[in-house]
Amino acid sequence: MDITRNYFEFLGVPVSFDVDQARLAECYRDLQKQLHPDRHSHQSEREQRLAVQYTAYLNEALATLKSPLKRAQYLLSLKGIDTLSDSSNQLDPMFLMEQMELRERAAEAVEHDDPEAELDALQAYVSSDFKQLQQSFAVAWEAGELEQAELLVRKMQFSAKLQSDIEALEDRLFDD
Amino acid sequence: MAYSEQVIDHYENPRNVGKMDAEDAHVGTGMVGAPACGDVMRLQIRVSDDGVIEDARFKTYGCGSAIASSSLVTEWVKGMTLDQASELKNSQIAEELALPPVKIHCSVLAEDAIKAAVEDYRKKQGA
Repeated sequence: MDITRNYFEFLGVPVSFDVDQARLAECYRDLQKQLHPDRHSHQSEREQRLAVQYTAYLNEALATLKSPLKRAQYLLSLKGIDTLSDSSNQLDPMFLMEQMELRERAAEAVEHDDPEAELDALQAYVSSDFKQLQQSFAVAWEAGELEQAELLVRKMQFSAKLQSDIEALEDRLFDD
Repeated sequence: MAYSEQVIDHYENPRNVGKMDAEDAHVGTGMVGAPACGDVMRLQIRVSDDGVIEDARFKTYGCGSAIASSSLVTEWVKGMTLDQASELKNSQIAEELALPPVKIHCSVLAEDAIKAAVEDYRKKQGA
């Protein structure tokens, strides 16, 4: 095991946006077994400490590769592109306008006749939008169009935020 | 992290929340977003024929600091000329609201929003 390798190589899956999740889970379980504390109890303190470090890296790797947004961000970071910093770079106003409208619609859903149905419909719309962005990202990434891929990740970030906002709203309204 | 009193005041009593008709020739609209946190901000100004900002409105979906920054800007720019408004600096906003370093980007967003609104208005007038 080598934690200087990237998450994909560490886990043993191809460096790609399209990750076979079943394969990923398998690779994770194999590595986890090797790292299990019971197998290391007879070893030196240094080796045990390493096992703990590897486990932390392994869990971080899994969490990153499981999430489409984190996976896309991570792929770009391997190319030296940081999408996690807070730059408010100029985005397409039409895209921002739509994001604003979707957020307004979510906020207004509270007063809707059937808030649950309204929020469900909105969530369905946003998640299909998110899937489309993912597909476009996969295409741009495979074609090596990094600028386009970066733009798509930024859009995915807004979409992911909106999805979690809608979930939070649903929790607040219906979890009594 | 605790919010400053100024931020809480703007957050709980946001000034000038609302929407203007973006098609109106006297209205300039600035739309900005912070991808890293998914915040979206719309800031609009109504400008008189002699180039003074008569009114301002905003709507922000984001954290308390982003809401407070845009709320503060709508208060400040009323009565300003377009040039004065576009010279507003995020550091002034951050200072007034006592924003901690991790929230400075919220004031940058508000500065970008007013600049975009002024630019939108000028583009309309030039067209």
